[in-house]
Amino acid sequence: MDWLTAAGSPAQKFTLMLFAIVLFIGVVALILFLVDRPKNPRKWMLVLGFLGLPMLGLGFGLVYPAIDTIRNSFLNRDGTRFVGLDNYVTALTDAQFLLVLRNTAIWVIVVPVLATVIGLVYAVVVDRSRFERFAKALIFLPMAISMVGASIIWRFVYEFRPDQQGIQQVGLLNQVLVWLGIPPQQFLIDQPWNTFFLIVVLIWIQTGFAMTLLSAAIKAIPDDIVEAARLDGLSGLGMFRFITIPSIRPTLVVVLTTIAIATLKVFDIVRTMTAGNFGTSVVALEFYNQSFRAFNSGLGAALAVLLFVLVIPIIAYNVRQLRLSEEVR
Amino acid sequence: MTAIPSTGSKAGTTSAASTLGQRAGKARRRLSNPWASGIAIILAILWTLPTAGLFITSFRKQIDIGRSGWWTVFGDLFTGDARFTWDNYDAALHGSSTNLAQFFVNSIVITLPSVVIPIAVALLAAYAFAWIDFKGRDWLFVFVFALQVVPIQVTMIPLLRQFVNWGLAGSFWTVWLSHSIFALPLATFLLHNFMKDIPRSLVEAATVDGAGHVQVFFRVVFPLMIPAIAAFGIFQFLWVWNDLLVALVFVGGSPDVAPLTVRVAELSGTRGGAWHLLSAGAFIMMIVPLVVFLSLQRYFVRGLLAGSVKG
Repeated sequence: MDWLTAAGSPAQKFTLMLFAIVLFIGVVALILFLVDRPKNPRKWMLVLGFLGLPMLGLGFGLVYPAIDTIRNSFLNRDGTRFVGLDNYVTALTDAQFLLVLRNTAIWVIVVPVLATVIGLVYAVVVDRSRFERFAKALIFLPMAISMVGASIIWRFVYEFRPDQQGIQQVGLLNQVLVWLGIPPQQFLIDQPWNTFFLIVVLIWIQTGFAMTLLSAAIKAIPDDIVEAARLDGLSGLGMFRFITIPSIRPTLVVVLTTIAIATLKVFDIVRTMTAGNFGTSVVALEFYNQSFRAFNSGLGAALAVLLFVLVIPIIAYNVRQLRLSEEVR
Repeated sequence: MTAIPSTGSKAGTTSAASTLGQRAGKARRRLSNPWASGIAIILAILWTLPTAGLFITSFRKQIDIGRSGWWTVFGDLFTGDARFTWDNYDAALHGSSTNLAQFFVNSIVITLPSVVIPIAVALLAAYAFAWIDFKGRDWLFVFVFALQVVPIQVTMIPLLRQFVNWGLAGSFWTVWLSHSIFALPLATFLLHNFMKDIPRSLVEAATVDGAGHVQVFFRVVFPLMIPAIAAFGIFQFLWVWNDLLVALVFVGGSPDVAPLTVRVAELSGTRGGAWHLLSAGAFIMMIVPLVVFLSLQRYFVRGLLAGSVKG
């Protein structure tokens, strides 16, 4: 049975993959078959049949681990002794972690706002233009790329060569600086601006998401409202300010909060571009470093719980705004 | 409708007499478009150029990459000095220091079950929530929905400990199970939303004909769910293929299991200046999601608009 956990050759791996798929489809089919056997199945059998497997998965994979992590966040580094709030105090007061918190705050504010603004402007300017679909695909494309891929793409843009005779820049941004007569910069090393150059990458990825949702919301504005406003003499910015923005407000909230939550958890970009060095680390990366590199599971757990706690107010705001906008209607 | 005020139109109207108001209006409309187009073109270029630069680089000779920027290729095309090669891709795929071909296989093996399993399981749950009346149903559904809030970071260490206990550590099973479970709340929520929109009369007609829940599920519900399944499936596919964190935590860098993202991120750290390998490696990693995205964009957008958003 070794091949079940240690597939080596590609043939073994693909066999194992098919086995896993067939196994799970088979289990689901078996459940359905058993539920279907009795002529008049009891309700609890039906519920257990349909919901047993999903609930088991959620309980094992999400609920129990979450509770266990919250418990671990009150234990010391190897989980052997209760230390109260010590881990949280460290995470919230230690100079190193304060920098991490500051960076995370910058990310969570800058990325959603800029991605949404740029996405909105783009959605408006390409709306009903001849090349709308193509133009949208260009902005949307980065969403299909992994954050690792995006990080490499941008690391190349930021590539730095020392300013010496006979050395040419190979990174586009530094070449632009040279063309403008400015000496090349180490974008990923010079603090504190390096954090913003990392942030650009996530904005680049998320703008397409904002643009797609906002564009759909703009197209959903009823024509008669637009017509009535136009008859009242609104056009251009006035139309945008008094018709477009209020009409898409609920979508704006959803887009902003969704990107904020994704930003809070981002770690791939920072890890791939600077590995968190030069004062660029964020909470999600620190969680990884503490848990799996420094082997301080208590502090790692506290950072994970911190992420959890930070997500909740953003979601609460989202839900509140959605309910408010429904009441208005 | 455009949001961009046309400062250019002022110049056009100040010289025009008021009787030419109509013509001025036309001019304003005509002049506002170049502004909008200008912004659109600048943004489109800014969004495309970084990828294009790395793409061109991936086909340049290693020696050229180190010597000059990728944009010099355009000048070289005129003089006939431009040189392109597949060597970088060959080195990235089969070179002993990179060996991405092996990781490519791992990525496929990780991704397919991680898409199929959660969909199969979530269909069961979604059906129960949509079509079986039982006590506490609404409460349980809200609970499952709310689980989307839990960041996966919170679950990782206890989950890893369980996998170690079961002897699964470092195998594909850890990533399959993790990705499947993490996808369940969203998949259940989305599929349920589509499922409850199926007209009750359809289901009732089948029930009157003597069909049990299972027959209803397969004959009525499942065929109607195909578009929703496709929308979520593409989303999950891209998410799993592009994932770094889950793979890094559960299988680490092991060449037998680790996906492309782990390997390419590692190369970026250890061989950060080897742009001939990194550029080719990045595109080997991106080719599958790009093809999936470009060919199935319609479903992807539908998934997005249905609230299929994941952080």
